[in-house]
Amino acid sequence: MKKLILDMFRSVRESVRDLMPIIVVVAFFQLVVLQQPLPNLGKILYGTVMVVLGLTFFIRGLEMGLFPIGETMAHGFARKGSLFWLLLFAFALGFSTTVAEPALIAIADEAAKVAADGGMIENTDASRQGYAFGLRLTVALSVGAAIVLGVIRIIKGWPIQWFILGGYIGVVVMTVFAPPEIIGIAYDSGGVTTSTVTVPLVTALGVGLASSIKGRNPMIDGFGLIAFASLTPMIFVMGYGMVI
Amino acid sequence: MEALLALAKTFLLTIRDVLPIAAILFGFQVFVLRRPIPHLRRVLVGFAFVLIGLALFLEGLEEALFPLGRLMAEQLTHPALIGGVSAAETLTWGDYYWVYLFAAAIGFSTTVAEPALIAVAMKAHSVSGGTVGVWGLRVAVAIGVAIGIALGAFRIVTGTPLHWYIISGYILVMIQTLFAPRMIIALAFDSGGVTTSTVTVPLVAALGLGLASAIPGRSPILDGFGLIAFASLFPMMTVMAYAQISEWRARRHVRKSHQD
Repeated sequence: MKKLILDMFRSVRESVRDLMPIIVVVAFFQLVVLQQPLPNLGKILYGTVMVVLGLTFFIRGLEMGLFPIGETMAHGFARKGSLFWLLLFAFALGFSTTVAEPALIAIADEAAKVAADGGMIENTDASRQGYAFGLRLTVALSVGAAIVLGVIRIIKGWPIQWFILGGYIGVVVMTVFAPPEIIGIAYDSGGVTTSTVTVPLVTALGVGLASSIKGRNPMIDGFGLIAFASLTPMIFVMGYGMVI
Repeated sequence: MEALLALAKTFLLTIRDVLPIAAILFGFQVFVLRRPIPHLRRVLVGFAFVLIGLALFLEGLEEALFPLGRLMAEQLTHPALIGGVSAAETLTWGDYYWVYLFAAAIGFSTTVAEPALIAVAMKAHSVSGGTVGVWGLRVAVAIGVAIGIALGAFRIVTGTPLHWYIISGYILVMIQTLFAPRMIIALAFDSGGVTTSTVTVPLVAALGLGLASAIPGRSPILDGFGLIAFASLFPMMTVMAYAQISEWRARRHVRKSHQD
């Protein structure tokens, strides 16, 4: 019991340390540059305590739940030896974690507004919603495809830089042809697809796969799934902007 | 009471976001792999911790950090602060130095607190057998985000096209890939994607949109986006640089101990 409390105390201290830079930056700009008092000090303190507790719980849960299950399943699929189920799992994981991602929903709505203002679609609620939903589906499909491709790469042990180079060429080529209004949103959409729950799971899956397949190095081959998941949406979103 | 209600709502929203993932994990485990999960109770408690942690974290950010951060982004980009009494039209890009400094500082500090990055750093540390430090990787990524956001703010101020920056960045990343140690490359590419999630995106998006609407001649739609793309590009370079520097130092250390 005493050890548990000590453990928890140490995690809280680490979370405080993680948040210290934000507190310093906000205080400096508010007090020194803008020269204004901090509004609602009580509310800010309350929020900060919640953030510290939240981070502590999250890291704990990561070590107890997300990492072990990601690795257990990677080993399980490697032992089962069925490529079909592994790839289906990879696709489902990428698709399902992305389609409901709040940051993506926000960006899709924004993109629909841009498209309506630019005259690409009719400026009605229905067509805007249809456009936003289509965009979300496109991004989710692209992330699913990215995880599948990334898993195949881990199994085969292909060097990652060729894929990234190919992806970059794809992005550049699409930039030339895509309507200018969609480019900023497309570039940003690469960053928003990878959420806080997806990242640890996908990382554990990749590393777990690479360490259970003979001849693969978890450090060289295990990482890279997230890179794929943030590259493909850019290409797909620009493609979507061109087609619609 | 109000705070409690807000917390409950965030908690429910978090459950809604995590539920499909949990369904897929447990569905495949039970129906396809057909094996019991080892330490099932521990794993379930871990999932509950992740849910509670995320809900508290998001609600705390929404209560304390985001309103203040958005307000500061607005005030810092306001022409009155930047130019004093002079009109916005006469300002040059150099007058926005507080904006660049704020962009870099907020990019660095939010990245250090990003839970997804902490997760990847922990994994990289254990997989590399301690060669990649948890703290070293996080600081390397945070420096990359700081450079990226500051440069992105500069781009919005000057109004230069986004894709030229991104394409030059891609070329630099590819050249660096040729020289970086092989074991870091995949991790470096990954660190581009993990930097931008819960903490960083809302604040950075507010900064970009605020800046684009405050500067005459910029449209929030055409110029306000793109900061997140910058934030995912530069960490790749700094992480590879971090590996190159640690390798170089290790080699020098070995050479030194040979001489002794």
